[in-house]
Amino acid sequence: MTAATPTARSAPRGPTLRARFGRAVPYLLLAPGLIWLVLFYVIPAVQMFTYSISTGTLETGFTMTFGLDAYATAIDRFGKQFLNSILYGGLATFFTLAIGFPVAYTIAFRGGRYKNLILFLVIAPFFTSFLIRTISWKILLGDEGPLLAPLKHVLHVLPGNFSILNTAVAQVAGLTYNFLPFMILPLYVALEKIDVRLIEAAEDLYADRRAAFRRVTLPLALPGVFAGSLLTFIPAMGDYINADLLGNPSTRMIGNVIQNRLLLQNDYPVGSALSFILMAGILVAVAVYARALGTEQLTG
Amino acid sequence: MADALSAPLPQPAVKPSRGSIMHRINHWLLPAFTTLAIVYLMVPIAVMIVFSFNKPQGKFNYIWNQFSLDGWRHPFDWPGLGDAVVTSLSVALLSTLFATILGTMIGLALTRYRFRGRGALNGIIFLPMATPEIVLGASLLTLFVATALPPLAGGVPTLYPTGFLTILIAHVMFNISYVVVTVKARLAGFDRRLEEAAMDLGANELTTFWKVTFPLIFPGIMAAALLAFSLSIDDFVITNFVSGTTNTFPIWVYSIQRNALPVQINVIGSIIFLGAVGLVALTSLRSGRAVRIR
Repeated sequence: MTAATPTARSAPRGPTLRARFGRAVPYLLLAPGLIWLVLFYVIPAVQMFTYSISTGTLETGFTMTFGLDAYATAIDRFGKQFLNSILYGGLATFFTLAIGFPVAYTIAFRGGRYKNLILFLVIAPFFTSFLIRTISWKILLGDEGPLLAPLKHVLHVLPGNFSILNTAVAQVAGLTYNFLPFMILPLYVALEKIDVRLIEAAEDLYADRRAAFRRVTLPLALPGVFAGSLLTFIPAMGDYINADLLGNPSTRMIGNVIQNRLLLQNDYPVGSALSFILMAGILVAVAVYARALGTEQLTG
Repeated sequence: MADALSAPLPQPAVKPSRGSIMHRINHWLLPAFTTLAIVYLMVPIAVMIVFSFNKPQGKFNYIWNQFSLDGWRHPFDWPGLGDAVVTSLSVALLSTLFATILGTMIGLALTRYRFRGRGALNGIIFLPMATPEIVLGASLLTLFVATALPPLAGGVPTLYPTGFLTILIAHVMFNISYVVVTVKARLAGFDRRLEEAAMDLGANELTTFWKVTFPLIFPGIMAAALLAFSLSIDDFVITNFVSGTTNTFPIWVYSIQRNALPVQINVIGSIIFLGAVGLVALTSLRSGRAVRIR
């Protein structure tokens, strides 16, 4: 940031931008984008909150009553879907971590010259649509699909009426699949940064490999665990595609209810209350999680 | 792949025999596990491509029947599909353009100037990325509805019923933060002395920006634009709330998959996938060459 001075010194012909607009330059640069975000991120959030404490319909319009009826309804009627979201989102986060950590570790410490290729393969799913990937799972897991058909009719290890599709298992498998790259990438970034000499030093000081891993590698990887868990848990909580395509009515998550309330029932107060609870819940969860991991630099 | 992964790693000073199980895990299990995980990630993509050559028996492309090129010969042969793809492409192009411009400006301001509130803004810019998509979509819908109802109705431009314009607004919004973060990362390693040199040689600020700064940060801007484009063209959750009766490709797929699963979905999915992979391969080859030259 020493660059501000030379500009003034070497002012060549004519007034410079800085001379003409002075201190306004950063604000001028910020203004258009920030106005956009205020109009279409901040104000919608306020509007959503307003509707959550209003009554009315699309035809009559909504009036603010400051009542909490919508919140009562949201919790009374849709508690199960909230729990489903926490459960399935949590399970997906756990499985992505269990799968992602060894993978990220291998890429970071053993990738060698194939590092970039493997990383490329990890993000390759992003080049296909989320929806089409989930439909592919539907094909794969289908009752007569490429996975079950051979097990049923060739190997005869499964009964003919065995089914995975439309169960919680398929749904969690889909969520895990869809968010796995979001876990691997931050884990990789954190592990890659670790100075191998620190691990060597631990081993020189008579830590066995397990202890070195537990006392050196793992703590240093925590920021990656934090970022990866958030990047997985937040979208997985709000997801409704996997529940819709791979689950069944009893495995629906809160996203399914929000979508149903707002787009099909036009029930704006309850839909808004549900979204607001989801957002508040996630903010609280993030705060608790950040404290639990105990590092303040995590968010920086 | 397993071979590649088991390349020797720098051996620690302690003899590996001290934990022979740990050693075996490190040597065999990790590469094998990683290979399996990569396979897990690739399988649905393989399914998508393979089933694009299927000739399904009924309306649903769920079960392999026989090889056929029908889907590839007539990739848009379903009512509404062509329009949806065109809408997706236009939204992606326009939202990428706007978000890249707005986001780059914010990124420049955040990295190159000191001003009141800069620290807070650095954090706030992450908020849209940390908010669940469904909440972004839901809250935008409440705003768009509100513009058509009292007390806002008549006072502000109406954005309801929703359609192309509201999809575009939403995509620009969620893309801005991603652009800012990407551009900032690129600007962090920027050598300001290059600009000082240009100005010492008599260039004014605008010339310096266009002749020195911009070309240097251009790769970062391109990376941000590619990211924005891919996020936009794939978005379903937010778009579903603000699209009304307008279809983008993901919305079209979602609405049709209850009644039919045409093979064309796989064909277009494969085209997008192969196109994206080709593009990335091309840019990484080029940047690889640039690095070597430097």
